[in-house]
Amino acid sequence: MTLHIAVLVVLLGLFFVLPAYHVGAFSRIMVLAIYAMGYNLLFGYTGLLSLGHAMFFAAGMYGFGLTVNLFGFSVAPAFLTGIIAAAALALIVGYLALRTAGVAFMIVTLMFAQTVYLVILYFGEYTRGDEGFVVQQAQRSFAGIDLTGETERYFAALILFAICFLAVAKLVQMPFGKRLVAIRENEERARMLGYDAAKLKLHALIISGAVSGIAGATYGLLFGYVGASFSTVQYSIFPLLWVLLGGAGTTIGPLIGVIFMFYLIDISSGYTDAYLLIAGVALVLLTLFAPLGLVGTLRKRAFPWLP
Amino acid sequence: MAAVNVLETKGLTKIYGGVEANLDIDFQLRKGQITALIGPNGAGKSTFVGMVSGRTLPTRGTVSFAGKDISHLPAHKRMQLGMAYTFQITSIFPGLSVYDNVDLAAGRKLANDKTALAQKTTQVLDRIGLTDRADQTAQDLSYGHQRILEIAMGLAQDPTVFILDEPTQGLSESEVDDFVTLMKSLAGETTILLIEHNMRVVSETADYITVLDQGQVLASGTPDEIHRNAAVQAAYLGTTSDA
Repeated sequence: MTLHIAVLVVLLGLFFVLPAYHVGAFSRIMVLAIYAMGYNLLFGYTGLLSLGHAMFFAAGMYGFGLTVNLFGFSVAPAFLTGIIAAAALALIVGYLALRTAGVAFMIVTLMFAQTVYLVILYFGEYTRGDEGFVVQQAQRSFAGIDLTGETERYFAALILFAICFLAVAKLVQMPFGKRLVAIRENEERARMLGYDAAKLKLHALIISGAVSGIAGATYGLLFGYVGASFSTVQYSIFPLLWVLLGGAGTTIGPLIGVIFMFYLIDISSGYTDAYLLIAGVALVLLTLFAPLGLVGTLRKRAFPWLP
Repeated sequence: MAAVNVLETKGLTKIYGGVEANLDIDFQLRKGQITALIGPNGAGKSTFVGMVSGRTLPTRGTVSFAGKDISHLPAHKRMQLGMAYTFQITSIFPGLSVYDNVDLAAGRKLANDKTALAQKTTQVLDRIGLTDRADQTAQDLSYGHQRILEIAMGLAQDPTVFILDEPTQGLSESEVDDFVTLMKSLAGETTILLIEHNMRVVSETADYITVLDQGQVLASGTPDEIHRNAAVQAAYLGTTSDA
């Protein structure tokens, strides 16, 4: 737990030392890291590879954005709606998709996410489809604080990140978290120890979906934009890459993965238009030489105490 | 001695596409004793324990446990009632430490009491002789130790009925000796259903033997009775003496 607090202290300190551009970047990174942590819970801990997590991110985002725009909800109830929408979607998807495993699970989740994307386009009258819509500045203040300012945004992102980060760290230490790892390691053995694997997997998916939904709602709240592009396949692949890069099944891996990928693209795009090529090569090299991700490999090689 | 049956099957049958893997098996497991289930390859032993443990659904017939019909319960519910099961092919959590493997097994009952859980885990590791290796990753253990770890995971659940599917397969002679000693030390503590190929293990541990052949019960009785049974000699022991 001290290590987790130390990470949060570093993130707090960065606000005071980083130039404005990077403060903005880190606000975004922390929000995306929440998404990555949600994904990690299912992929890294439970061993279920979903290719459709963008639907939960989008459910949180639209649950927040639409209730603000259409019904004039204030921030707190709209945010809560976003989380509930994501959790409810995860319940339905999980109930059906968890009948499958492995590649079939990947395809079924991919299809569900595609359906969500098409539903968003279909109801373009309300969602404005691909174009998306803006959440007005006036609607983005909470308890009298305007969350559109750079400072307010950074601290809102940090607080929400901290809550999710500590909650996930606690969760994976609890018996529930250990049982998820047991399913990842050997589902049949877990079942034959008397654990209800089907139920545990469903609970993992609901929590994972809800955390992803928190990230989506936070994104809408802090950056003021809600659009269908966040529910595309690309946004389902991103969390997988972040988690793989950072280290699946580690608590700080998702954050590290997002930072790495963000700056890899950010810096390489400053030198060449072919920045995706550089990103691709870096990904291939990491997968070859650090298959456990940055944190996972460091933990195995040198620092077994890494969380 | 009037033995109480902790587990019973009646008319248990499994038909795979016309092949009768198990046919009308009536079986009783006597409380506190070690019952061995033997039979030549393909006799239907694994199918039978699969149906008892809930991994395989029977075509017909019933399984009752402690007087309760459990035929329709899924495997994990049966384990929760007090069964433990070790697989024929070693099945552990390969990426976790030896300690965590046992901890997960004991943790189903004890997860909410950290002290009791740690105590149970340590005690089981000690009993089975894996204390020195508690921090090792399970997949790095030798084959023999992995099998012993799986038995430790069974013990950690304090089962009412402990089902072991060919536990000594692939073990060295000295490891088999340790296993026999362990089984004897469990006598009276728990009820054991042992599926076993190794006749030395059977004769040294079993209080009672059931012989399966071609999916049916050929004979049941004490080791002496089985030894004298002509049908068993013909079907089972006869083939080994020819070899």
